Amino acid sequence: MPAVIKLENFSKTYYTGAVDVHAVRGVSLEIQPGEFVAVMGASGSGKSTLMNTIGCLDRPTAGKYWLDGVDVGELNRDELADLRNEKIGFVFQGFNLLSRTSALENVELPMLYSRPGVGAAHQRDRALKALEIVGLSDRADHHPNQLSGGQQQRVAIARALVNNPRLLLADEPTGNLDSRTSIEIMGVFQNLNAQGMTVVMVTHELDIAHYSTRMVIMRDGRIVSDEGVRDRLFAPEELRKLDLEQQAVQLA
Amino acid sequence: MIVFATFRIAVRALKRNTLRTLLTMLGIIIGVGAVIAAISITNGAKSQVEAQIASLGQNVILILSGNVTRGGFSMGFGSAGTLTQEDFDSIRREIPGVNAATPEVRAFSQIAAGNQNINSQVFGVGADYFDIRSWPVANGAPFTETDVRNANKVVLLGQTSARTLFGGADAVGEIVRIKSAPFTVVGILAPKGMSMSGSTDQDDLLIVPYTSAMKRLTGATTFRSFSVQTTSAEAMPNVQQEIIELLRQRHRIGPGRDDDFIVRTQQEITEAATATSRIMTILLGAIAGVSLIVGGIGIMNIMLVSVTERTREIGLRMSVGARGKDILLQFLIEAVTLSIVGGAIGILLGVGSSRILSLKMGWVTLTSPESILMAFLFSAAIGIFFGFYPARKAARLDPIDALRYE
Repeated sequence: MPAVIKLENFSKTYYTGAVDVHAVRGVSLEIQPGEFVAVMGASGSGKSTLMNTIGCLDRPTAGKYWLDGVDVGELNRDELADLRNEKIGFVFQGFNLLSRTSALENVELPMLYSRPGVGAAHQRDRALKALEIVGLSDRADHHPNQLSGGQQQRVAIARALVNNPRLLLADEPTGNLDSRTSIEIMGVFQNLNAQGMTVVMVTHELDIAHYSTRMVIMRDGRIVSDEGVRDRLFAPEELRKLDLEQQAVQLA
Repeated sequence: MIVFATFRIAVRALKRNTLRTLLTMLGIIIGVGAVIAAISITNGAKSQVEAQIASLGQNVILILSGNVTRGGFSMGFGSAGTLTQEDFDSIRREIPGVNAATPEVRAFSQIAAGNQNINSQVFGVGADYFDIRSWPVANGAPFTETDVRNANKVVLLGQTSARTLFGGADAVGEIVRIKSAPFTVVGILAPKGMSMSGSTDQDDLLIVPYTSAMKRLTGATTFRSFSVQTTSAEAMPNVQQEIIELLRQRHRIGPGRDDDFIVRTQQEITEAATATSRIMTILLGAIAGVSLIVGGIGIMNIMLVSVTERTREIGLRMSVGARGKDILLQFLIEAVTLSIVGGAIGILLGVGSSRILSLKMGWVTLTSPESILMAFLFSAAIGIFFGFYPARKAARLDPIDALRYE
């Protein structure tokens, strides 16, 4: 099996007026199927640029990027859109759900742009299945404003899963959530990863990064550290600990 | 992406802001509504003018007395009183190709019959009048040349006048006092209906021999107008020319001086009416165009606002795989939906208001299917034209910037 992500000496430079901004300076990275990678770094470290490129929202100015064996650098705007539709599921910090639109319809959204098209009945089935995976099949008709933050993020994850992507790409997925819900969402990611889904997640929280299997740390547009997570956290365990702590607080 | 799904997205987006959607459509609604109503009214008026001109009779030439100008104001056709009995007689006698002819005088007089007392229009005409106008007598008989020659006190009543004076009763043989002179009713005219302006009832009149009218009612010695019917349509230009020459000669009008009378063929009147309605149509078209463009700019404005407001949504759609074309289509369909729904409401409004005008004001209106179709297509075109720029702006957004937009 080829690597899901293969970056070779990838650079990104923004030519904005007088000063050229070198956001990423020569990064090589390979991510194999079934990995759960956390990308960390301070703001300005180039991690967002890296994520945008991995997500096929942007193309490298130098170097090569293969997504699932496809050379992304040679694709035009439309081909990039099709590639995102087919191979990538996005999860954002702000959930980015369409308001006044039911959870089910939000999950159906990527299928509207699939080529060849997906029939209405088939869309519904797949969307319901995706909601079931994230444990929200009973909330299919709820609108985003009727759901909690954690539930909204689950809907967003279901939306990311609905086209059976090769890669789940999460940009600060727990940034808007409290610690308990954050752990729950990490649980969802760990479950998906256990079933073989490749997950790449950008985060600046060290404890959240510990739910992954591999941590990539960036600084000034370069990778400064790339190693496996040693004392990995597991969501069910952490939730149990949290419950005990809360009980202790109540008893005290 | 299927167009139908896009349409659903567009409708949902429009429903999200019902008030704004309605206000945006208002420009198109008013524009299309006004156009439809105005076209209905002009078409109605045009058909009435045509009917009116046709009711003058076949192959008719009108000779009007010239107008007096006092202090710079025209006093209206026939005010100069330049047409005399001798003019009329010589037209009849000397011009070949004249089939029938009648002079016309008008008076507004007090009419009494039984205990009824009204003021009404009295026409004084010759015996040929009924033939020229193709105006049949429904009951009784028209007066004759003898009645005209002897200035007999006989009268024909229009339908409305007969009803107001005698109710439902048969009026033939009854006496009507016009300016206190007793006239015998010899017949009732067939109904003719409302005039083109809708303001006058053409059946509200009395017709007497012109000789009687001049002698007993007006005391005038000149005529307002003559109507001359030619033997054929081909004869009209010749007859018209000969009448002009004859009258110039009789009125001793030297070369280079203006006529003190006006000669018009039916065709000329028709042409004048057509020209008037053409100008009306152009004027309406221009107003319609302006109002629709204003409506279109309203749509463009709101679509631009909508694109800015929904930048994140656009970014999201792009990130899950929407191509630029999909986004373009989505916003274009939204704009076209706005303009088409607005156009449809405008059409209903226009048709409805012209119906109300004809019911309440008695105006004749004609709503043509062509004008409805045109309005519909035009509003769709407005949507495409004014929706394209905002839609393209949306389609060209960079997905990364759009996702990050606050």
